[in-house]
Amino acid sequence: MQTPDAAIVVQGLHKRYGDFEAVRGIDLEVQRGEIFALLGPNGAGKTTTVEILEGYRDRSDGSVSVLGEDPADAGPAWRTRIGIVLQSTSDNADLTVDEVVRHFSTFYPAPRDLDHVVEAVGLTEKRKARVRELSGGQRRRLDVALGILGDPELLFLDEPTTGFDPEARRQFWDLIESLRADGTTILLTTHYLDEAERLADRVGVIVDGRIVEVGEPRTLGGRHHEDTTVRWLEDGEHRTLRTASPTAAVLGLRERFGGEIPELTVLRPSLEDVYLQLIDGTPQP
Amino acid sequence: MSTGERHRAGSPARPQERVAPLPPILRSRTSVEVKQFVRDRQALIFTFLLPVMLLVIFGSVFNVSVTPGVTFSQYFLAGMIASGLVYTGFQNLAISIPQEREDGTLKRLAGTPIPPSAYFAGKVVLVLVSLVAQVLLLLLIGVLFFEVHLPDTAARWFTFGWLLVLGLLTCTLLGIAFSSVPRTGRGAPALVSPVVLVLQFTSGVFFEFDKLPHWMQQFAALFPLKWLCQGMRSVFLPDSFTSKEPAGTWETGRVAFVLVAWTVVAAVLCVTTFRWQRRGDR
Repeated sequence: MQTPDAAIVVQGLHKRYGDFEAVRGIDLEVQRGEIFALLGPNGAGKTTTVEILEGYRDRSDGSVSVLGEDPADAGPAWRTRIGIVLQSTSDNADLTVDEVVRHFSTFYPAPRDLDHVVEAVGLTEKRKARVRELSGGQRRRLDVALGILGDPELLFLDEPTTGFDPEARRQFWDLIESLRADGTTILLTTHYLDEAERLADRVGVIVDGRIVEVGEPRTLGGRHHEDTTVRWLEDGEHRTLRTASPTAAVLGLRERFGGEIPELTVLRPSLEDVYLQLIDGTPQP
Repeated sequence: MSTGERHRAGSPARPQERVAPLPPILRSRTSVEVKQFVRDRQALIFTFLLPVMLLVIFGSVFNVSVTPGVTFSQYFLAGMIASGLVYTGFQNLAISIPQEREDGTLKRLAGTPIPPSAYFAGKVVLVLVSLVAQVLLLLLIGVLFFEVHLPDTAARWFTFGWLLVLGLLTCTLLGIAFSSVPRTGRGAPALVSPVVLVLQFTSGVFFEFDKLPHWMQQFAALFPLKWLCQGMRSVFLPDSFTSKEPAGTWETGRVAFVLVAWTVVAAVLCVTTFRWQRRGDR
């Protein structure tokens, strides 16, 4: 069932390589203006799926519509409307940041302001530097700059922050949120659950070529109904209690101790806990 | 980052079917190709300067006459210009394109709206620019230091012109076609350089062609370099030298025919075998 405002609609997608089936029937719908994160272990079919949507790979079966067109035979006009940030590359090493950005801007009918783009990815200081002299994180930010240069309606980000230090990651998140404010639709794959939780409106978990769960990060896998873990120290030992009513549990402990509860922590299940359960099929302690 | 006047919400599914104009893309692509070539020391030495260095070395060592009135330098210059076409067109592209396939250049470009023709046009212009500079340098050094005589008739200059244009087309297309052979970018030089070297030794670049064994001459006649060399000799050597040519004439028509035939074969191979991605990436 396709809603009129969907940027991406995928139905019954299959991808086979000989006897191996990398994608085994994926259905997916991403709305315009939405940030959708695909999570999953290595080899689960994330990159294969995304590269089919980007028009890089052929599909074996199923239907795909990206911005209203089939990526398998979409032309240059369609490519002006999307932006792609691939997994690591090492091209353009002998050019300067400025030269690369200027060069790629000529491919688009209405590119963004180049100064703004370079500034937004934090490379203003490095404009005259050769690409081969950039650090891994700086290179990745240049990749992002090239992806958003054409002012895309839809941006694909394949593991964009791999190799970033914590500060660079935080700056990158701010950049993505400003793109969201502009109305850009984003399909993101990532290994970092905090990244998905911070950025994504919805998360889809891929395991063995199938989407096993789709939802908001807050409610994924029934996370909001899951038991809370309460820990404290009693008789020199750490005690743990999983409960649906943590407030009552803590109040009960307060009665018992008659005041402060030693080393008290109250933990909601993290997205990571839920994710690990989903990809393992077994509950985590 | 704010982009100001843009209002995307509520816009129709296909706001405008617009693409960027081609001329700025071509200018930009060409300038990027030339910049990368000039900044890549390996390409600069092995593609651009190698024929010049060889001319200086061979011209200085073999200070002899091939036939009365024809110095070895004069003979060797014709072979070096023909080799220059093979270096800048064939060897350069057959090595650099697999490397660009491996380092992600091609994949990234394929994900943007740049027309594929603009990528190939950039390569052709790069080959043209570097070839013109190389030929001028070879002629200059030949004249200044090795008493090389330039062609003395309009007809010879005309032959020189179409040989360069046709040779450039043949070698560039063969380079692009051969770029699908190496499995990896790193392995490309080891696959391409021997091909060039064998052709040079058998096509009469380093040795006088008429002194080569008959079977070697026959082998070389299957490939374009032998004909490029022969064509260049018709430009730079006196007509008396035809007595040393296999057919006793310059065979200008056959030179053109072989080069056109190879151009057609290369064009078909380019169209049918060119890959934007590494093997197995689809």
